[in-house]
Amino acid sequence: MDYLYLFFMILKMGFLVAWIYALLRVLDLKAWWQKLLGLLACFGVIQLLFSLQFGEFQIFSAFDQGLVYQAVTMAMIALGLNLIYGFNGQFSLAQWGFYGVGAYCSADITWRWMNGDARGLIVVGVGVILTGVLYFIVARLLARKRGVPVLSAFTFYVLATVAAGFVAVMAGKWLAPAFTGLLGTVAAPGLLNGTLGRYAVFTISVLFAGAFAAEMSFLVGLPILTLGSDYFGIATLGFSIVLQTLMINSDTILPFPEMKGGRGMIGVPKLINQDTWAFAFIFLVAIIAIMRNLIRSSTGRTVMAVREDEVASKAMGVDVAGTKLLAFVVGSLFAGVGGAIYAHWAGFLSPNTFSFLKGFDPLIIVVFGGLGSITGTLAASFGWIFFLEGFLRVLLGKLGTEAPTWRFVLYPITLLLVMLLRPQGLLGSVEWGFVKARRARRVPPTGSAPPTGGEPAATEPAKGGS
Amino acid sequence: MGGASATGPILEVSGLTKFFGGLCAVNDFGLELPRGALWGLIGPNGAGKTTVFNLVTGLYPASAGEVKFEGERISGLVSHEITRLGVARTFQNIRLFSNLSVLDNVRIAYHPHAGYSLAESILRTGRFTARERELTDQALEFLSIFKLDGIADEIAKNLPYGEQRRVEIARALACDPRLLLLDEPAAGMNPREIVQLMELIHFIRDRFKLSILLIEHQMRVVMGICERITVMDFGEVIARGTPREIQDDPKVIEAYLGKGVANRAAG
Repeated sequence: MDYLYLFFMILKMGFLVAWIYALLRVLDLKAWWQKLLGLLACFGVIQLLFSLQFGEFQIFSAFDQGLVYQAVTMAMIALGLNLIYGFNGQFSLAQWGFYGVGAYCSADITWRWMNGDARGLIVVGVGVILTGVLYFIVARLLARKRGVPVLSAFTFYVLATVAAGFVAVMAGKWLAPAFTGLLGTVAAPGLLNGTLGRYAVFTISVLFAGAFAAEMSFLVGLPILTLGSDYFGIATLGFSIVLQTLMINSDTILPFPEMKGGRGMIGVPKLINQDTWAFAFIFLVAIIAIMRNLIRSSTGRTVMAVREDEVASKAMGVDVAGTKLLAFVVGSLFAGVGGAIYAHWAGFLSPNTFSFLKGFDPLIIVVFGGLGSITGTLAASFGWIFFLEGFLRVLLGKLGTEAPTWRFVLYPITLLLVMLLRPQGLLGSVEWGFVKARRARRVPPTGSAPPTGGEPAATEPAKGGS
Repeated sequence: MGGASATGPILEVSGLTKFFGGLCAVNDFGLELPRGALWGLIGPNGAGKTTVFNLVTGLYPASAGEVKFEGERISGLVSHEITRLGVARTFQNIRLFSNLSVLDNVRIAYHPHAGYSLAESILRTGRFTARERELTDQALEFLSIFKLDGIADEIAKNLPYGEQRRVEIARALACDPRLLLLDEPAAGMNPREIVQLMELIHFIRDRFKLSILLIEHQMRVVMGICERITVMDFGEVIARGTPREIQDDPKVIEAYLGKGVANRAAG
């Protein structure tokens, strides 16, 4: 029985890694209709495995589905961290905190909506959009004046944030009553509070949660990214602890009684479930695509240049501070989106989930999968969740009630072994399909190009020698 | 700018001073670099030559003094802004982006003129694809000038030392500078590589119409290619002139060439 379970678990994990391979190949297809069909197939296979039920037996049980959803959110967080740490070289421990911010932010929006209160959506929406616009204006104004110290710039951004926040709260106060009738109550949901309305609000809330985390990371990153790598790590750790403290006291020092502080937020609508794999899938694909398109571009090359050598990057005309900030903000955006998906799958948020100690998990995954490897991060996210939760927890649980404690002995030993045997990470810098770096296209040796290109090279020694 | 700067000196440095705590690394440094010059900056170890480079390129803020590039004040600007104005440099200890390919090393220098926005690269618009192809072709053609196109896909750290130097110089030139600062380009090179390097420096000056300021310890290189030389010792300029004048300057011989190097350099 246990062997059978183990066998099926390995099969499922293998299948999911193969699925990632297929997904990356599909995204690499040329024609748009091929891509669309391929994506539909990738989506359909998993949805089918979730939905198919033969009497009692289900190929992917509710537990397995949970693992898949956890792996997807972990992949989003870890991809973001890989951008910050693996590609940009900034050791950040704040990723987990931004994940929590995203989770609480979107959960609050949908929870309030479901309970007949539109204020969450209005305040966050107006706040996020207005803050974004103001940041853009401030950045434009600051760019005109050369040599503005970081802390002065920071002050302007803080003022912009406060102004946007004030307007957002006011907008919430004035606009929310208009929605009361349309939303109804939990017992008697209104027009906009049906399934469709809730999913629409959920989708918007995922985007807002990502933007919220991104803007917060911008504000925090601006001053602390001037610190050197190790000091930056400590600063982000501190910020992570600040965020968790705020979550624990969200009902006392923050005005959010529905978050219930340290007791945990209950009643978040479980909108991500057996039937709604599409949402997680679309956001995952979007994040993979954004990540890859960012990395394989001129901006992406500067992101990696900063990791390689900051001084040389400056000497090459790369705006090092700006590049670091960009990677940090985009990485946090991914974490925020991941948090939003997680919140609506779990239905319950506890500040313990977002403890900074757990924040080492995505770090382990990124290093485990290979720093600077998108494929590695994706595969490691799935592998890690299945190994830790699927194998160890369940298998050890069958050995006795105390046995699962050994999980955190076996798991670190596995990590040690992998790091000793494969220090570059499981996949190293191997990339599959879509995310692979293209080799340089040779200039074809035909036409009139070679004489102009080749001649100076040929005359070089002669010219220099004369 | 305009007419006045087109004929005036490309780089004017006056009263440049840098303190590290109580230590005066550079004191009242002055230099007027004419357009198209190949100018040497020499001096014993710790004389402050590299510090001058770091001050000119904005890596360090100056304690006092002024740097003008093409008549425009650049002291106080951020390093990458100075590069974008047209000042490029290489480093004493090679600073390539070692885990990236040779091609990427060069393409990073093109970033300020990439010609597409971040949003366009994320959406993979037509302009992105077209510009990216142009950048790659441009980079490959550029590398072929230095006969480096054959190793465009090599990871920079896997290259032999001499080639890394060439890639670094090529990368600096890809920034499209009008002033190139070379910090000990011949360091660690064997005699054959040094001859090639001297040819290369002449070649790039003529081909790219550059002004070059060069720090060098190898007297062969300095005396062989520099038209004029500034000599520093303990942060101060002690002499300037043509190689011949420098060789005969008693202060220089005392500070630098007197330590047994003089005979070799003169020969």
